[in-house]
Amino acid sequence: MFKRGVSLYSFQEELFLGQMTVEDVVAFAASIGANGIEILPEQNMPGFPNIDDATVNQWLAMMDRHGTTLTCYDMFLDTKRRKDRLMTDDEQVESIVRDLKLCNRLGIRNMRVLVFVRPDILERCVPYAEQYDVHMGVEVHAPWHLDHAWILRTIEVADRLGTKHLGILPDMGIFMKHYPPEFRDRFLRQGATPEIADFIIDQHEQKIMCEYTIFEVAVKMGGNKADIAMAETLRHAPYSNPKRIRDFIPYFRHIQAKFYGMADDCTDPTIAYDEVIPELVAGGWDGYLSSEYEGNRWVQDAGPVDSREQVRRQHEMFKALAARVAEPVL
Amino acid sequence: MFDKYLILEDSLRATESGFAFDARLGYYRGIGLSMIEDLAVTLDGEAQPRESVLFEQNGKSWSLDAMEEAYDDRWEFGSIATISVTRAGGLGVGEHSLTLKEKLRISYLPFPLFAEDSKVITVA
Repeated sequence: MFKRGVSLYSFQEELFLGQMTVEDVVAFAASIGANGIEILPEQNMPGFPNIDDATVNQWLAMMDRHGTTLTCYDMFLDTKRRKDRLMTDDEQVESIVRDLKLCNRLGIRNMRVLVFVRPDILERCVPYAEQYDVHMGVEVHAPWHLDHAWILRTIEVADRLGTKHLGILPDMGIFMKHYPPEFRDRFLRQGATPEIADFIIDQHEQKIMCEYTIFEVAVKMGGNKADIAMAETLRHAPYSNPKRIRDFIPYFRHIQAKFYGMADDCTDPTIAYDEVIPELVAGGWDGYLSSEYEGNRWVQDAGPVDSREQVRRQHEMFKALAARVAEPVL
Repeated sequence: MFDKYLILEDSLRATESGFAFDARLGYYRGIGLSMIEDLAVTLDGEAQPRESVLFEQNGKSWSLDAMEEAYDDRWEFGSIATISVTRAGGLGVGEHSLTLKEKLRISYLPFPLFAEDSKVITVA
């Protein structure tokens, strides 16, 4: 059975504004039984990448205080750090190895690798990932999907090397079955035409390839700026087949449980968790579903953001779906 | 993602050489200063020259050109820095409209990331 956790990404609104500390988030996660904590060192560890042992120990002590565990390390790679040139391949490897080392010092065994990182660079990092015992999971983030040729290149490298330390890390945004109401409402507040907004949602519901809709809205319907921006979100709003995820289980150990907003009844109106979770359970997957709330940026113009309530509702959904398909999740 | 929070309310103030205000980085992690391509400031509809803008934090300051070669200093997530602008005539009392547009070079994005905030602030 899968385990439940949260990414600190979910609380970016409150962390950014200083309304919550990292420890507040960890305590909250523990209170809802989400005992796996995913971190973004470049967000949550001031002074990165120069993190001393005392800081590492403070993080580990915080986990002990709350009965939580660090599950995943979200890395970044600043290939464009310099304006005059891209990082060389050697510099890219060096940056990733730096992250693998810190990940290992924190006792974390999963690293989220940004999807744009080249498979041949990751191939060079595999010996280090093995040495530091960290699984490098390339983030399968919309509009990429599990069967996307770019993702398959990483799988091919992992297969060829026979390594258990390179694979993928699915972001559940790839299973966007219905258009997010939070997106629609935001565009309406920005002046989108209600009829055009309805049209875009209907096109998404029918799974019509996005470029037809964008052209229709931008050219034929004469949509305004907000209409066109809403139509363009379809480029990043695919629904891929949840049944495929079982086939990829050997390649991932952690999931970013993306969501944009939960309904009052603790269902997700957008992401097809009701289709994905049975596949994960049937496949015997036992990693962490790590909440990744990304709704704040869509609702903050209309009122205060409550990331805690959103995450709490998502975990109620996880428990309910797990109970429906198998024994109750712990 | 954090556009409306960039300029700190009520931080606009007159200085000896012009004016200053406090601001945050509009991104969900900290980044090296070298990846901040521009901090474009507009006051009362008047774009302030790039060379008049200084970025200040932790007792250090950088011109926007110097920032682009600052590889080891970062603007941390949620951290408040001061942006000061040299401006003849300083800043009068009363109501001012202030816009900050941050242009960031984010490696995984094919285009620059812009974060922009405008606020109307009354200076006493």
